[in-house]
Amino acid sequence: MEAAKKVHEAGYRRAEGYSPHAVTGLSEALGFEKTGVPLIVFIGGIVGGLGGYFMMWYANVISYPWNIGGKPPNSWPAFIPITFEMTVLGAGLMALLGMLVLNGLPCPYHPLFRAPTFEQASQNQYFICIEVADPLFDLDRTRDFLMSLSPLAVVEVPW
Amino acid sequence: MSKVEARTPPVIHRGTTVDGITAQISDMVLKRPIHRSYVVAMGLVMMLTMALLYSVVWLFYEGVGVWGVQIPVAWGFAIVNFVWWIGIGHAGTFISAMLLLMRQDWRTSINRFAEAMTLFAVACAGMFPLLHLGRPWVFYWLFPYPNTMKLWPQFRSPLVWDVFAVSTYFIISLIFWYVGTIPDWATLRDRADNKAKWFVCGVLALGWRGASRHWKRYQTAYLLLGGLAAPLVISVHSVVGMDFSAAIVPGWHTTIFPPYFVAGAIFSGFAMVLTLAIPLRAIYGLHDVVTIRHIDNCGKLMLITGLIVAYGYAAEMFMGWYGGSTFDWFMDWNRASGPYLWSWWTIIFCNVVAPQALWFRQVRQNVPTMFFMSIIVQIGMWTERFVIVITSLHRDFMPSAWGMYEPTVFDWSTLLGTFGFFLLCFFLFVRLVPMISMSEVRELIHQTDQGRHEPADFSPKYAK
Repeated sequence: MEAAKKVHEAGYRRAEGYSPHAVTGLSEALGFEKTGVPLIVFIGGIVGGLGGYFMMWYANVISYPWNIGGKPPNSWPAFIPITFEMTVLGAGLMALLGMLVLNGLPCPYHPLFRAPTFEQASQNQYFICIEVADPLFDLDRTRDFLMSLSPLAVVEVPW
Repeated sequence: MSKVEARTPPVIHRGTTVDGITAQISDMVLKRPIHRSYVVAMGLVMMLTMALLYSVVWLFYEGVGVWGVQIPVAWGFAIVNFVWWIGIGHAGTFISAMLLLMRQDWRTSINRFAEAMTLFAVACAGMFPLLHLGRPWVFYWLFPYPNTMKLWPQFRSPLVWDVFAVSTYFIISLIFWYVGTIPDWATLRDRADNKAKWFVCGVLALGWRGASRHWKRYQTAYLLLGGLAAPLVISVHSVVGMDFSAAIVPGWHTTIFPPYFVAGAIFSGFAMVLTLAIPLRAIYGLHDVVTIRHIDNCGKLMLITGLIVAYGYAAEMFMGWYGGSTFDWFMDWNRASGPYLWSWWTIIFCNVVAPQALWFRQVRQNVPTMFFMSIIVQIGMWTERFVIVITSLHRDFMPSAWGMYEPTVFDWSTLLGTFGFFLLCFFLFVRLVPMISMSEVRELIHQTDQGRHEPADFSPKYAK
C-alpha cells in the first residue's frame, strides 16, 4: 500500500499492483478511480427492462391482441414482474461481461506469468510491476527506486 | 476481553493464517485422496438419482396419471416440491447478496457453498413445473419466441412470470457464483501439481492475475450483482406466492402470500445451510472458518424469519374469521380439524413452537441441537407447502366437489430422487470447487489481523 503510493508519487503511471485479495484503496493509490462498470450495468438494465416491456407490448398490442379477463391489450401492471426480471437479467449479464471485457479477460497468457514466484500473487505475496511503456522508465533508475521500497526482490520480466 | 466479546464467538479463529487457509481449501480440491466413505456416499446418492431418472422416464411414458394428482387436487407433490426447493435456494442468495450489501463479514466463509446450494436447489425446483406439464416435450412454448403458430405466452399470468423469475434467478445465481470463484481458480491454477489440473483451473480462472485495477472492477461488479440479486430473490418467491394468490381458491386468495412466502423461503433455506454446513465442517475440519458464530447467526435468522412465518399463519387465521367469508373460515377450520389435521399441527409444532428454543444462546451454540433443529424446520416448511397446496384444494366451495389427495409411490420416489440429485451435485461441488472463498477469507484475515502480523515478512534482508 505504502509502496504503491510512493510509486505513484514518483510519477510512474504505467504501474500496477498485484495482490492475492482485494486491497481497499490500492488501485486508487495507483491513480485508478473510475471503473466504468456501473455505467455498463445501468445501460444493461435499461435495455433489458425496455426490451422486456417492448416484447410484451408488441405481443399483446400489435402481434396478437387478445382479450383476457377484459384487461386492456397494454395492461401494464401485469407486465411489471417480467419487466423487472428482464431488467435484472440485462444488468446482471452486463455486470459479468463488462467486468471481463474492461479487464481484458479472458487473457490466457501474460508475460508476468513467467516472472519468478508470481504464482504467489494468487496466494500470499504482493507485487508491483512498472511497465517499460512508462515514460519515466529507465532500467537502472527504476530498479534502484524499487529497491528503495525494501521489497523481497526486484526482477526484470521479459516482455 | 469484554463481556460482549466473550459472548460473541469470533468469525474466524485466532491464529488462522493466510497460507494455512489457502493450503487447506485448495488441497481439498487438488490433493485430497478419495476416501472410501465418499465413494459409499456417492453410491447412495447416485441410487437416489437413478430413482429420479426412473420416475421421470415412467412419468414421460405414462403421463401425469402416475402421480396422485386428480380433480379436485390437481396440484400435488410437484408444486409442493417446487415451492419448497426454490425456497431452499433463497437463503444462499440471501447470504451472498443481502449480507454482502450489509457488510456482514461473517458471510465470507459460508457464502460459496450457500450459493452452490442455491444453484442445485433451483435446478431441482425447476424440474417440477416442467414434469408437471401434460406435454413436457413442448416446454419451450413457455418462452416467447417467433413461432409458426404466431402465438405468444400469456404474459398476464403469474405462471409465465414464474418462468421468467426462475430462469433469471438461475442465470444470475450462476453468474454471481462464478464471478466469486474466479480469483480462487487462479489460486488453484498456481498451486496445481500437474498439467491437466493447471489447464482446467487456468481456463476457469480466465487469466486472473490479481491486478489492482482488475480487483477494483471485480469488486464493483460483484457488489452490483449483489445489489441486483437482493431484490431478485424477493421477487422470485413473491411471484411464486402470486401463482397461488391470483387464484380465487380459499386459502390461496390472500395478499399476505408474497411476503410470507419470502420469509418462509429464507427460513427453510437457513435450515438447509445448517444441515449442510454442520456435517461439512465436521468432515473437512473447517472449524477455523465455519465457527460457532456462523451457526449462532443462522439460528438467529431462523428465529426471526420463523416469527414472520408464524405471523403469516396468525394473519391467515385472523383474516379467515374477520373477513366474514364462510369459505375462508371453513378452510381455516378444515385445516386445523379436517382430514389433514396432522399436517397443520405438524407445521404449528415445527415452524412456530420448536423455533422458540432459538431464543436461547445455549441452544443456538449447541451444534448437534442446531442440526436437529434444522431438520425439524425443513420438515415443517415442506409440510407447510403441503398444507397450502393440498388442504386448500381438496375442499373448496361445493361439498359435492370435495375429494382427497393420496400421493403415489412415484410422488415419493420423485421427491426422494431430487434429494439424491441435489446431494450428488453437492458432493461433486465439494470435490471440484473450492468450497470456501479463499480470496475473501484472506481479506478478512488481513482486516481482522492488522497489526498482529510480524512485519518481518517484508523486511529488506530478503532482497536480492
